[in-house]
Amino acid sequence: MQHIDRSEERPDIVTVNMGPSHPATHGVLRVVLQLDGETVVKAVPHLGYLHRGMEKLGENRTYLQFIPYTDRMDYLSPLSANVGFALAVEELLGVRVPPRCEVIRVMCGELARIGSHLVWLGTHALDMGAATVFFHTFKDREWHYDLVEDLCGARLTTSYTRVGGVAYDVTKEWLGKLREFVDAFPKRVDDFESLLTHNAIWLKRTQGVGKLTAQQAVSHGMTGPSLRATGVELDFRKKRPYSGYEDYEFDVPTGTEGDVYDRYLVRIEEMRQSTRILDQALKRIPDGPVNIDDPKIFLPSKKRVLTSMEELIQQFMIVTEGFECPAGEIYHSTEVPKGELGFYIISTGGKSPYRLRIRSPSFNNLSTLALLVEGGLVADVIANIASLDPVMGEVDR
Amino acid sequence: MSDGEKTVELLDRSFPGATVSRGAYRDQHWAEIRVESLLEVARWLRDSRETAYDFLADVTAVHWPDDPRPMEIVYHFFSLSRNDRFRLKVRVGDRGPVPSLAGLWASASWNERETYDMFGIVFEGHPDLRRILMPDDYTEHPLRKELPLFRG
Repeated sequence: MQHIDRSEERPDIVTVNMGPSHPATHGVLRVVLQLDGETVVKAVPHLGYLHRGMEKLGENRTYLQFIPYTDRMDYLSPLSANVGFALAVEELLGVRVPPRCEVIRVMCGELARIGSHLVWLGTHALDMGAATVFFHTFKDREWHYDLVEDLCGARLTTSYTRVGGVAYDVTKEWLGKLREFVDAFPKRVDDFESLLTHNAIWLKRTQGVGKLTAQQAVSHGMTGPSLRATGVELDFRKKRPYSGYEDYEFDVPTGTEGDVYDRYLVRIEEMRQSTRILDQALKRIPDGPVNIDDPKIFLPSKKRVLTSMEELIQQFMIVTEGFECPAGEIYHSTEVPKGELGFYIISTGGKSPYRLRIRSPSFNNLSTLALLVEGGLVADVIANIASLDPVMGEVDR
Repeated sequence: MSDGEKTVELLDRSFPGATVSRGAYRDQHWAEIRVESLLEVARWLRDSRETAYDFLADVTAVHWPDDPRPMEIVYHFFSLSRNDRFRLKVRVGDRGPVPSLAGLWASASWNERETYDMFGIVFEGHPDLRRILMPDDYTEHPLRKELPLFRG
């Protein structure tokens, strides 16, 4: 608190502690605000309430053992972090998964994006006093969670990917269920929009609020929808495609003003684009193997384990000790709902990384908060936090 | 795609003697430079038209306790216009110091604070160098290798 000084000359400046457990801080974020009446003079974010030392843990776990930790970073879109980590380790190993697996991973990424944006939209609107939207988005989020649960058995702690594949192949029934969702969802996005996009109160609360220029956003290392709202067309699915994203047709929506309203519009459109990608993925999902066939990295099939001695030993080795990784270092990033999720992995050989660095999008995005809220009204602090869509699990790691 | 390969060449030409070592793995190229040249080189990476790394995606460190200069600071740059990545490294002593890049990229501010918090490296010229994830009264720097995961 030594960084907030209650100036002797300005006894009218009031210091207010917002968070760490405030419903509008979307997790355990604490912001210390200095207020002059309703105007924010200074805002100091305090992080770390959800710090679990994931990077340290990563250095002491095998690569496979780290996958459950990735669920607990951005817990609104665990599937996309699962995919991001698996891709990074595969890059380090120099392996590429079969086409069927790539399509499944694209489905995971886009399903996660829709799920994450649904929570963002519902809570953002709720924070602004529009409770109706929340009930609509959470209904569809439940539908999305049913799909996730059918896919991997868990709603939140998915741990779905493996290095070199995924835990389970998708079934025909699941693809049918996803098709129902994909066909119905665009209409639902229209419904959300009809509640907000031209709503006079919503416009007043969001337009011109929390404006950020493209230059400021880039300098802060901002990525994802919040960056694109400033007009910068940076989407790693387009710029540096992975999992075959180069073969999908989709647009990258951008804004012009960089305010709360533009961040809203960009995410709304992203949900439609994600549905478009899911539609194409459903049409093109090929048959064939889903996992790589390399018993040094990926568990051999159960049938082979039960009938052959060598495969039994290989399964035993992978489960008890993990696989060997060659010495080297890579940085690999994916476009998750919040922006650029990067993994910088240094291997000196062996079964665990020597150093595992997580470049989290929410951390960098949140660093703009003081810039956004200082000089504005205290009520707009809430609009700004919601529009940045930070997830503290990912900020604090 | 070969990331940063051209940059490593350009760096050699523009700052002779600055590069200490270089390497590549899976087409990702990196260079380690002398810490004295860091500010100059970083500014050049950002402003030169040939490099144009407008994005400082990440700052972090790696602890190599057996090395005479055990702290390796790693910067990940990204150029929007050239769609190119580049990894820059400097090696320093146990607590640094390293010149701060917060004057060039706003993103350095929080990322350098985290690196200080986790490794105890001092960034000179940082406007507000204090812990960011660990509590203010915590006395250690958890990502240093001598700190065990569990203390029983």
